[in-house]
Amino acid sequence: MTTTQHHHAPITTPEVGGIGHNVRRIEDDRFIQGAGNYLDDIVLPRMLHMVLVRSPLAHATINSIDTSAAEALDGVVAVVTGEMLAGYNLAWMPTLSGDTQAVLATDKVRFQGQEVAAVIATDPYVARDGAELVMVDYEPLDAIVNPMQGLEPDAPIIRDDLEDKADNVAYEWEAGDAGATAEAFATADRVVTIETHYPRSHPSPLETCGVVADVSPVTGQATIYMTSQAPHAHRTVFALVAGLPEHNIRIISPDVGGGFGNKVPVYPGYVVATAASLVLGAPVKWVETRTENLISTGFARDYYMKGELAVTAEGKILGLRVDMVSDQGAFYADAQPTKTRAGLFHIVTGSYDYPAAHVTTKGVYTNKAPGGVAYRCSFRVTEASFLIERLVQNAAYELGMDPAEFRKRNFIQPDQFPYHSPTGFVYDSGDYETALDMAMDMIGYEKLRAEQARARAEGRLMGIGIASFTEVVGAGPSGEYDILGLKMFDSAELRVHPTGKAILKLGVKTQGQGHETTFAQIVAEELGIPATDVKVVHGDTDNTPYGLGTYASRSTPTAGAATSMVSRKLRSKAREIAAHLLEASPEDLEWEVGAFHVRGSPESSVTIQEVAFAAYTNHPPGMEAGLEGVHYYDPPNMTYPFGSYIVVVDLDSGTGEWKVRRMVAVDDCGVRINPMIVDGQIHGGLAEGFAMSNMQWITFDEAGNCIGSNFMDYLVPTAWETPRFELGETVTPSPHHPIGAKGVGESATVGSPAAYVNAVIDALAHIGVRNIDMPVLPDRVWQAIRDHAE
Amino acid sequence: MYPRAFDYVAPETKQEVLDILAERGGEVKVLAGGQSLIPMMKLRFASPGTLVDINRLSGLDSIDIQNGHLRVQALARHSDVVRSDVVAAENDAMASAAPWIADPLVRNLGTLCGSVAHHDPEGDWASVMLACDAEVVAESRDGGERVIPIAGFLVDMFTTSLQPTELVTEVRVPRYRRGGGNYQKLERKIGDYATVGVATHLELDDAGSISNAGIALTSVYAHNLKVTDAEQALVGNAPSVELFAEAARIAAAACDPTSDVRGSAEYKRDVVRVFTERGLTASLAAAQG
Ligand SMILES: Cc1cc2nc3c(=O)[nH]c(=O)nc-3n(C[C@H](O)[C@H](O)[C@H](O)COP(=O)(O)OP(=O)(O)OC[C@H]3O[C@@H](n4cnc5c(N)ncnc54)[C@H](O)[C@@H]3O)c2cc1C
Repeated sequence: MTTTQHHHAPITTPEVGGIGHNVRRIEDDRFIQGAGNYLDDIVLPRMLHMVLVRSPLAHATINSIDTSAAEALDGVVAVVTGEMLAGYNLAWMPTLSGDTQAVLATDKVRFQGQEVAAVIATDPYVARDGAELVMVDYEPLDAIVNPMQGLEPDAPIIRDDLEDKADNVAYEWEAGDAGATAEAFATADRVVTIETHYPRSHPSPLETCGVVADVSPVTGQATIYMTSQAPHAHRTVFALVAGLPEHNIRIISPDVGGGFGNKVPVYPGYVVATAASLVLGAPVKWVETRTENLISTGFARDYYMKGELAVTAEGKILGLRVDMVSDQGAFYADAQPTKTRAGLFHIVTGSYDYPAAHVTTKGVYTNKAPGGVAYRCSFRVTEASFLIERLVQNAAYELGMDPAEFRKRNFIQPDQFPYHSPTGFVYDSGDYETALDMAMDMIGYEKLRAEQARARAEGRLMGIGIASFTEVVGAGPSGEYDILGLKMFDSAELRVHPTGKAILKLGVKTQGQGHETTFAQIVAEELGIPATDVKVVHGDTDNTPYGLGTYASRSTPTAGAATSMVSRKLRSKAREIAAHLLEASPEDLEWEVGAFHVRGSPESSVTIQEVAFAAYTNHPPGMEAGLEGVHYYDPPNMTYPFGSYIVVVDLDSGTGEWKVRRMVAVDDCGVRINPMIVDGQIHGGLAEGFAMSNMQWITFDEAGNCIGSNFMDYLVPTAWETPRFELGETVTPSPHHPIGAKGVGESATVGSPAAYVNAVIDALAHIGVRNIDMPVLPDRVWQAIRDHAE
Repeated sequence: MYPRAFDYVAPETKQEVLDILAERGGEVKVLAGGQSLIPMMKLRFASPGTLVDINRLSGLDSIDIQNGHLRVQALARHSDVVRSDVVAAENDAMASAAPWIADPLVRNLGTLCGSVAHHDPEGDWASVMLACDAEVVAESRDGGERVIPIAGFLVDMFTTSLQPTELVTEVRVPRYRRGGGNYQKLERKIGDYATVGVATHLELDDAGSISNAGIALTSVYAHNLKVTDAEQALVGNAPSVELFAEAARIAAAACDPTSDVRGSAEYKRDVVRVFTERGLTASLAAAQG
């Protein structure tokens, strides 16, 4: 990996390890030595094992469920059905988007893999044997496997459980200004159109989802170990669903082996195991198999998008119109802010400046698994970014312009920030042309174009694809963003102990992003306490302040800001204590990371550790003892990370295969706290973008059978096929974030798919190819070449 | 993994294995590398009553030259084939195919003999063996040793002429004097089965004409398909671009792929053509090199 940098020197020493230091990941010691503690590592006395019986059909009425053979099996303790749950009012539960979802099906099944019954046994093998013995009599119904089918007038109604539901529409929503957009299109010289399907994929974290529910029928205390990206929000949902008093619910999300949004929803297995534990008076463990994870849990994308760009002959964009239909599966179980039904899809105007845009969206129920928000996608920004970056490339072709030049003519300029987008966002900061120039420089853009001209003359196919994306992350300001009414602030609680060592408790929850290191570095930056002296605690609702969790690249923009703010609160108090120790007035003290000294006499100084000791041993009269605090941070705005990616591919016209020759990624996520961790996040996202563009999708046959229910059919690239990445960075701080940071966890997943696809299309643009849907499989490339051969 | 319950035995001698096979027959499955059997048991697609694990047998993991053949014994792993100097020196098609089998982890356990015995129509080895006219050596307690030509061994997908009482002890291919071979594979990622695989093998006489030819296809027919017509079109002729193109056309016409997520039948058929040409060209280069 090569890295080109433009950042500022750290203000702390490497020993302190504040912002800008590549502090080695503190959590890795336990992970690489096998001392992590994942959900399946949790074993409690008398623990029972649960296995779910799932529907083999995508759409069917349930005539009857016969559990007698399963119950008769030696070792089976109980078989739970939806009918039994209905007795506790638990057969249905709310989704995070305000819809309802069946916990165990009572009336009919609505997707293949839906939860129908649960077998609880003394060991997991017997539980599986028992699950095979549960006899369900189904009456098959026609399955709806794409949203267009679902919108047909005579389509069967999937959600006949909803009162008065006469169609399969889950939601409709629009953004922007239809009238102004129509005017822009009326004056355009050209309209460039693209229709594309962003296919269904799955984040497939290596650790599948699971729970160990331990509910005491005596005290009512419910301790629920759960693979959760949002333990506090989940606790509240549990309180609402199960009617358990919230102070008696303790959610513990132990080490989480990857989330990517897959561990945001509440799954039926969690609820059934908890109810079973309450009824049986013993802990109940449920851990999904790989297939269960792939066929039933939060998928990603599945958007059918039509985009139209109005442009002038000179290459200026005048307006954008987008119509989108999304396949939501059987339940609307995205986690979307209440006010924005298609999430933040309306960021689709991208990095470009034009006055008008109009976005219409429609979510449709189908007989497929619910979900949609997952896979490192900040609320549907991935689809949006893909669409606009594909459109601008095609616009350049239609105008006979270079795609880089077309972008530069339309970029929002640095002096336009804060920039008000036509769909209502206020971009905080950006410098798009600098990032694109850096990427072009790194890859040698002009030379590559010259090579491409020669290659075409020789009949060789190569392509160069660009994506200059803008992301919107860090949900979010409480006026605009909530999940089920819970405002999307986040929190940090900091205690500095007498010996100067600290404990930082967060409302967010890492799944591999390195929070235990990054957040300690923020404290190090603000207080001068070495990062390795700060223990980060998260994931246990009894021991951390309330927060909405980690997803949508929101942890640094929200909890990172909260960490900064609480550290500053402590620094103010530390100043008072230091003044007391130095017998000076607080205003006369100067702070240099880690110590206060009296202005003009540097020898008269106390360290933060000395201050901490004094906070418990010698605090000023009239002041509260201790050095601790909590901060709930309500961000004033979202943050808008951006970047420019360039991919070079070589294409085999015989087989349609394409190989990435080079991939350059310039990212700007504002100030980088731990640059090494940021690079790691970007690598992961670039690999995922490659996966989606090259090989990865979940397909269904006409009956709604899921093709892609295991890793032989659902493809996750290995180190072998993943391209080598060359990273560059620019730093444009967020003006409203306390340390100028923006989120970065999803940038590369959002930005890179278009770059790869654009490169393949670019290889074929001269023969007239303008679109190949993802994944850009060899047979699709081969077909496109055939279709465009003279 | 949560398979159904089964008995497990791990004998230390071949005789014990043959005894168990003779006594328990149909309900027993031999466990070699486990790279096909275990995944099927995990998904409960296969539920053998007894697994007889042959991994503790000694003297069954050689790759060597015996009686004019290159032989691969039952416990030689795919990775042994990848690393084998004997294979590299003796058989280009095998050397070319070996790194395409599965991924490094699977190769460390899976066996060539197990792959042939399993006869998954998407398996690569059966095609290579068909192209190279291999023989399978099987042994049973009561029937002794039996040598079965590969074409007679592979009956249909997941079906062979091996008896339930028999153990495959080796697979062997004849040596050749002047020849070359190749394996072309289209896969979606490492560890994937072939979308299309083409094994080719050519032998040349002193005049440089083709004296023996082998072409076999993977994943484009109900089983691994030996394209005899294409082979016959080659034999007796001097190699040329046109000749290879003709053989490739015959191979493409002979296959019968299905349309699925990996691509349309039309696409796969065309890749067979492209790969057959490329494979024959590479085989010729190896033979002449
Ligand atoms: C992830 C993955 C990817 C793969 N990719 C490929 C690929 O790209 N190409 C490919 O060709 N294969 C692939 N395979 C299959 C792999 O090559 C297997 O190793 C091979 O098919 C079986 O060999 P084994 O030794 O593992 O047999 P086992 O799994 O142990 O047995 C398979 C069957 O053969 C029988 N058997 C095995 N050995 C004997 C014997 N000596 N005598 C009698 N019966 C026997 C068993 O009873 C069983 O029925 C893949 C497997 C996996 C798990």
